[in-house]
Amino acid sequence: GPLSERRLMDVRLGELPAWLATCDLSPQGLLGGVWKACNSYYDKYINVKRGGPAGISMLLAGYCLLSYGWNYQHIKCHRWRKYH
Amino acid sequence: VLHATRLLHTTRQSLAPLPPLPEKGGEVRYGLIPEEFFQFLYPKTGVTGPYMLGTGLLLYLLSKEIYVINHETVAAACILSVIIYGVKKYGSDVAAFADKLNEEKVAKALAVKNEAIKDLETAIEQEKKEQWRVEGCSYLFDAKRNNVAMLLETNYRERLMTVYNEVKKRLDYQVAMQNLKRQKEQDHMIQWVEKNVVQSITPQQQKESIAKCILDLKALSKTAQAAV
Repeated sequence: GPLSERRLMDVRLGELPAWLATCDLSPQGLLGGVWKACNSYYDKYINVKRGGPAGISMLLAGYCLLSYGWNYQHIKCHRWRKYH
Repeated sequence: VLHATRLLHTTRQSLAPLPPLPEKGGEVRYGLIPEEFFQFLYPKTGVTGPYMLGTGLLLYLLSKEIYVINHETVAAACILSVIIYGVKKYGSDVAAFADKLNEEKVAKALAVKNEAIKDLETAIEQEKKEQWRVEGCSYLFDAKRNNVAMLLETNYRERLMTVYNEVKKRLDYQVAMQNLKRQKEQDHMIQWVEKNVVQSITPQQQKESIAKCILDLKALSKTAQAAV
């Protein structure tokens, strides 16, 4: 289909800038995009009849990675070796 | 009059009934990495591609100490092992319990729906019965009209009877009056005549009549004596 209506996963790498140009980058548009992403994640992994640990475990793993990233400058001081 | 052809939902999409939830969520391998990632890498690298990628990434992060091993690593390892042990051991039980709760909720909602449907069906039947009754209304009204006509007729006849009786009573009264008057006049006349006759009998007439009676009696006694 036309470029503006495709989802992010269906856009090829070469078309990425063009796709970014077509999407709505105002605050409302970004918020709407975030809201849609959340809803699609929920519908895929959490709002099911027989879900497993996958839904929240992925969220927790993402949170772990994020917090590691935020605290990286502090953790860098606890390295074992100076030169890698 | 209910216009059945008018659309009930005027908005574009009605919110009910919702489609049912999917049975299982998206496939996730090892609880962390969605299956789509493995499928994405499969055409270029086969089955072992993602694992190689993972191993290489891990070794790179460790060797360059982008991931630093410290007390938090030990804590994370302990916590993760406990969590995984717990999930593996009690996962199915918890799942069954949650399924049971869900079942109860759905059953309650279904019961409410069935109740509502049954009530509506009984209401429909009663409505149909009422419609059938309406058809018999004409007979009912005929019977009522007949009743009313009967009442009117009886009332009319009663009043006719009372009129007749009243008139008869008045006429009887008149007749009785006339009879009484005639009788009184008769009596009065007889009395008056008697009174006058008795008055007219003068003493001399009385003596003459008594003498005549004696003479008659004597004559009679002579004949009677003769007979004896």
